[in-house]
Amino acid sequence: MSDPAKPREIVVISGKGGTGKTSVTASFAVLAAGRAVLADCDVDAADLHLVLSPRIVTRAEFKSGYGAVIRSEACTGCGTCAELCRFGAVRPSERVSGARQVYAVDPAACEGCGVCVRFCPAGAIAFSERVSGEWMVSETRCGPMVHARLHAAAENSGKLVSVVRNEARRVAEERQLPLIISDGPPGIGCPVISSVTGADGVLAVTEPTVSGEHDLARVMQLTRHFGVPTFVCVNKWDLNPDAAGRIERAAERAGARLVGRIRYDRGVTDAQRQAKAVVETDTPAAADVRSLWKKVETD
Amino acid sequence: MMVTVASGKGGTGKTTVAANLARICGATLLDCDVEEPNAHLFLKGEPCGEPEIVSVPVPEVDEGRCDGCGECGRFCAYKALVVLGRRVLVFPELCHGCGGCMRVCPKGAIRETRQRIGSVETFRSGNMTLVQGRLDIGVAAAPPLIRAVKNHAPKDGDALVDAPPGTACPVVTALRGTDCAVLVTEPTPFGLHDLGLAVDVVRELGLPFGVVVNRADADDCARAACRAGHIPLLAEIPDDRRIAEAYSRGELAVEAVPEYRRVFETLMTRINGLGAKQTRADTDGHKHE
Repeated sequence: MSDPAKPREIVVISGKGGTGKTSVTASFAVLAAGRAVLADCDVDAADLHLVLSPRIVTRAEFKSGYGAVIRSEACTGCGTCAELCRFGAVRPSERVSGARQVYAVDPAACEGCGVCVRFCPAGAIAFSERVSGEWMVSETRCGPMVHARLHAAAENSGKLVSVVRNEARRVAEERQLPLIISDGPPGIGCPVISSVTGADGVLAVTEPTVSGEHDLARVMQLTRHFGVPTFVCVNKWDLNPDAAGRIERAAERAGARLVGRIRYDRGVTDAQRQAKAVVETDTPAAADVRSLWKKVETD
Repeated sequence: MMVTVASGKGGTGKTTVAANLARICGATLLDCDVEEPNAHLFLKGEPCGEPEIVSVPVPEVDEGRCDGCGECGRFCAYKALVVLGRRVLVFPELCHGCGGCMRVCPKGAIRETRQRIGSVETFRSGNMTLVQGRLDIGVAAAPPLIRAVKNHAPKDGDALVDAPPGTACPVVTALRGTDCAVLVTEPTPFGLHDLGLAVDVVRELGLPFGVVVNRADADDCARAACRAGHIPLLAEIPDDRRIAEAYSRGELAVEAVPEYRRVFETLMTRINGLGAKQTRADTDGHKHE
């Protein structure tokens, strides 16, 4: 039984990218306006804000982990760091300090483990906290939204997702909103695991292509692995009706609940170009998305 | 030369570009989208040998030697070891495999065992070879598997890397050490926004790059963005339902709609131009770090 005080959290994911997660999430946000907190968990390529035009109320730095920096003036060039680094992040530097060959850390490759810092015989390596992004709480025409931006080439997208989810839950409880609707990342790795574990339901949006079919199967293995109830929707189903049917049958066999289909409709891209959710336009696919939300909401 | 095809936004056509290019030029294709590897669906090769199992080192504590001093737990930056009283709890899914706990343990009580994260499979398909990584379900960290796939790059000869979407560590791992990047986008607000993020990543890594606009239509926004950012536009692949349908069935554009061979051949020539510039810069000693 669900706790009436605890908001219900629905996460929209897909496995394969570009199947329409964000367009569906934005429409759900409009249909649940005033009752939901929106969360953009696709922190390394967040797009929901392009439709919901948030007005940022608070922003905070996302500090996560550490990075090693070799002070070239103290480096004796012994090479212990390069030898111990398992991530190939230490390389001979182009700068030569005095007559010595010194070393440098590539920040994009450093995973912040601290091994080089600890074992540098000269104590020449600093270990400083890294700011790898920021997160924001905003207001939109549909209600509050929590979103984030991971810096280019940064680590720890999974941790930033956790921050976004925790903050969304806090806002929902504080304002007594019964729903959290999250836009998830593609794939099945770290940020996806971070987005779906402990959620009340996942909606997997797929498309009738060989990749859509292949990737949905893996996403459903993941949600089963973590015990999250899963809904499935085939977007652009009429591009290949046979494949759509095949995908739906397989999803049902794997224990998912089918919640509808969305037709192929160029009006979806037009809505995006006007920074509108699909259901804010009268394009044919809007009716499909409305019926989809009704099933996800009442299940 | 090694060329990485990346995008920021998912579903813009990375695999379409990488697989069609590999087919027409015979390069080895390294499918580094290990969370959702798709290139095999289009290249349909014959497997060469057994899959290679990829594992990462994780700590194992010898309780007989451990005296619960807590040094490993204090050292671990990822909280993969937690010391409770005299017991050490190991959370392998949090471990990055740095080996630090083993080195700091004063009792020599920690050794490493291997934990499986996925596999690397090699296929022969007509004129080319496909190497793909496949991450096990429930495993969080893709980068070690991506590195294992890239280890299969031919010593001499060309390779194309099909990168995962996004801008975080998996993409960076796919891009690192390659000669240039091809960023695939589509002429939509989402496509353009995420192209901007991908450009930030390749610039951060100092790689030469160009853009392919997929599903190009009357909307001029992507072309205009490339012009404004002084970014080479390498190719435009039109929004053609024949390509979309071929894709949905698992067919390559260059095979299903042969007139597209020319588009990909021209693209390959332009990519070679990008890489050649980089090689010249290397020999001149002006490589941007």
